[in-house]
Amino acid sequence: MNRELKRVSTVVLLMFVSLFISSSVIQVVTADSLQADGRNVRTLYASYSAERGPILVDGEPIALSKPVDDEFKFLRVYPKGELYAPITGYLTLNQGNTGLESSLNDYLSGSSNDQFFDQVNSILTGQNPTGAAVELTIDPVVQQAAWDALGDLKGAVIAIKPKTGEILAMVSKPTFDPNELAVHNTTAVIEAYNRLLNDADAPFFNRTLAGPLDPPGSTFKLVVAAAALESGEFTADSSFPNPAELQLPETTFKISNADRGTCGSGSTATIATAIRLSCNIPFAQLGDALGATTIRDQANKFGFNESVSVPLESTESVYPRALDRPQTMLSAFGQSSVRASPLQMAMVSMAIANSGTLMQPNLVESIMASDLTTIQSFEPTLFGQALSPQTAAALTQMMVDGVNNGAASSARIDGVEVAGKTGTAQNGEGEPYTLWFTGFAPANDPEVVVAVVVQDGGGLGQSGTSSGISAPIGRQVLEAVLNR
Amino acid sequence: MPESPNQDVRASASTGPRAITENIRLKLRVPARLRNLELLLIIIAIAINLGSIALVQLGAIGHLGFTVLGLSGLLGVLVFAMHITLRVTARDADPLILPIITVLNGLGIAMIYRLDLADGFTGWSSGGVRQIVWTAIAIVIAMAVLLIIKNHRVLQRYRYIAMFSGIALLLLPLAPIIGDTRFGARLWVQIGAFSFQPGELAKIALAIFFAGYLVSARDSLSMVGRKVLGMTFPRARDLGPIIVVFVASMLVLIFQRDMGTALLYFGLFLVMIYVATGRSSWILLGMAMFLGGAFVASRFLTYISGRIDAWLDPFNPDVYDANGGSYQLVQGLFGLADGGLIGTGLGRGSPQITPLAESDYIISALGEELGLIGIFAILALYLLFVSRGFRIGFAGQDDFGRLLGVGLAFVIALQVFVVIGGVTRVIPLTGLTTPFLAAGGSSLVANWIIAALLLRLSDTVRHQPQLVIEPSIENRLVVGQ
Repeated sequence: MNRELKRVSTVVLLMFVSLFISSSVIQVVTADSLQADGRNVRTLYASYSAERGPILVDGEPIALSKPVDDEFKFLRVYPKGELYAPITGYLTLNQGNTGLESSLNDYLSGSSNDQFFDQVNSILTGQNPTGAAVELTIDPVVQQAAWDALGDLKGAVIAIKPKTGEILAMVSKPTFDPNELAVHNTTAVIEAYNRLLNDADAPFFNRTLAGPLDPPGSTFKLVVAAAALESGEFTADSSFPNPAELQLPETTFKISNADRGTCGSGSTATIATAIRLSCNIPFAQLGDALGATTIRDQANKFGFNESVSVPLESTESVYPRALDRPQTMLSAFGQSSVRASPLQMAMVSMAIANSGTLMQPNLVESIMASDLTTIQSFEPTLFGQALSPQTAAALTQMMVDGVNNGAASSARIDGVEVAGKTGTAQNGEGEPYTLWFTGFAPANDPEVVVAVVVQDGGGLGQSGTSSGISAPIGRQVLEAVLNR
Repeated sequence: MPESPNQDVRASASTGPRAITENIRLKLRVPARLRNLELLLIIIAIAINLGSIALVQLGAIGHLGFTVLGLSGLLGVLVFAMHITLRVTARDADPLILPIITVLNGLGIAMIYRLDLADGFTGWSSGGVRQIVWTAIAIVIAMAVLLIIKNHRVLQRYRYIAMFSGIALLLLPLAPIIGDTRFGARLWVQIGAFSFQPGELAKIALAIFFAGYLVSARDSLSMVGRKVLGMTFPRARDLGPIIVVFVASMLVLIFQRDMGTALLYFGLFLVMIYVATGRSSWILLGMAMFLGGAFVASRFLTYISGRIDAWLDPFNPDVYDANGGSYQLVQGLFGLADGGLIGTGLGRGSPQITPLAESDYIISALGEELGLIGIFAILALYLLFVSRGFRIGFAGQDDFGRLLGVGLAFVIALQVFVVIGGVTRVIPLTGLTTPFLAAGGSSLVANWIIAALLLRLSDTVRHQPQLVIEPSIENRLVVGQ
């Protein structure tokens, strides 16, 4: 009888082992995918029943969870909704999240691995679990200045410290009020969502780094000039023939400079002059001489053709492969199929401002647990060495000349040397221009880089100019930083 | 010193005549070490139970409520009463059984009460309060069993009465007027406000019958038969009882629509007959019969094929949304996943989302709030409980007691496997109660009776001086000659 008993005991043991295994598989191995299932309302309840951490700007919450008396216990509130909407994004009950609410969700909700022991602790001590607070690098004064400077125009402004990559301002217009989407009434949320989604002005886009990108126009000349100087075959004084009109090879298409004239008075124009006065024809010839591959390699060093996480994920700025000769010549002044975000053009200026060293742009200063201990603090990190210090210095000088005595003169600030580059990008026959500005100040020891994009020609169609609209916006933001 | 408390007994038993030994033993063994250990463990168990109710209250409503805590405390008093009963009538009973079931029962009450809080039930409509009352009734009945059955061998005499009452209990819900169908299964008897699941008690009656019948019939079952393909198969007339049980199980399956209970009875019978006769052909025959029956049933009973679909592909939207589909199973899995390793904490999850979280799905509710750690602890407690039962099988002297001990322990093991395995997708889901944890008076009463019987059996095992030759072995020797 004992032999049979042993066998039955083994069977019983195996039955229990199978239960140990099955429960482990469900609760540990496949737990994440089960929790991600859309039919799992527990994930939803859980994300609300824990007090979600606030998003802070200079210690003041721009997104916080207020206790309310319903089954979700907390309502997400955005005290300055529109001003920060492109950064915070929105948090809905079950219609998805965007912005930092989405990309930092693990920390805000308290479910990140770094917070594991805090959660154990709060279970053991019986306290309400609380998500982490996220402190941003945003400077509220600069943010407000950028908001005011952009006015009612459709566009975006981003300001970054070139030495550390800290983002000081990130404004995108038109925008939306995230409070509308945070309410606990799914019908109202869906209604607001559909209205905003179908709005022709696309208020959901954070135009500093996402949405349909614009051609960068003349601001892209900085990239091409960098490629030229880095190649060793050109200097700031390398010169090109200076006609008022140039026929692109293999086509009947003719290009001209912005003012339909020549680039300065001479029979040739240097790279420095072409940057200062923002001329297209010398750059078309320079682009032809460099070739698309060289330009593309330099563009990639600035961050083109990859998504950057700040930790909002940026849309890739594009310098395409396989351009033919006329396309390459058009791309050299930021047309053809070149596309860039303000974040990308700010990164070009950042590298130039910081002696060629490009720092990783970043929005998050630190993440703090509810007991105010720091979970993670962000040190400046290197994005890459985009160009040599000599090239950076030469480009800085060209940009300073452009502000002092050239196309970007409307960015001038009394008593401070400003480096800047404007851009007026064409979007096709009869379409309004996209107006750009990127620059930094002070030129000898840069504190801040700015990039501005104004879409739809600033409401002036093809008569809007970058020196009239986007450069003054950039100047106001630079001033706001310098006056701090 | 790893010395069993009976060491001195055995020593004295081997030195003198038996009558004198009995007297000496009673005087020598004054310190009841097993019972003192049990007392210590019970105190810990009751502390865990009160603590978990308090945590549920703090987690779910934010403050302590003394009514339920008080009621739970009264249960603690009853457990002490049971402990004292053991001191008087079964000093040598296993010291782990009572603490284990106290904890399991208490965790069940805490979780059922927690679900009441979520669903807003209070007073007599609160499942937690009813569960406490049923636990009290179950403990009193268990004490009565211990007091009435001083020697388990009397049960052997009543084996056929046990069989008939077992089958009668099984078929009772099929009777008109009093029979009651719930959740698609006809398992309840309703008389006035009083409802009961007689099938729960039937499993004890059948275990007693099987043990008694097999002890007397196993020689003919194990030695006589025809050899087919190298295996000895029993004679037709020895097959009688197994056919009766098979038919009864299938009736339950078909008319009461309860695959779990049918599986339970059949598994119990197979294991007991295998242990008694040592012939694997029984297992083979029985499995073939059950699987064949289940296969036919799954072809013709849509409710069973639905369960199998839900088991194989629960996340398929068609299966998920189907009437009687996998919604409940999947919600249970979500609950478990939400608990993760350490759980949400008592009172802090959302176990009320899963339908029937207080009965069939109580393990997923506990897994959600106590985590994998909690599930492991609960499974370990069950395993320990079952192993105490098997210990009787290994260490016992009389074959009836050994078989009964193993059978009762195996019923608990199989029930745990079928229901938790169903919830965690090891096997298709079949409705059974999780012993001691799940809401349900009949189940509690039946399981406490099982615990009382195991306590009685374990007392006999240790109580008996091992040098005495057991009568059954003598009998067999005679038969062998």
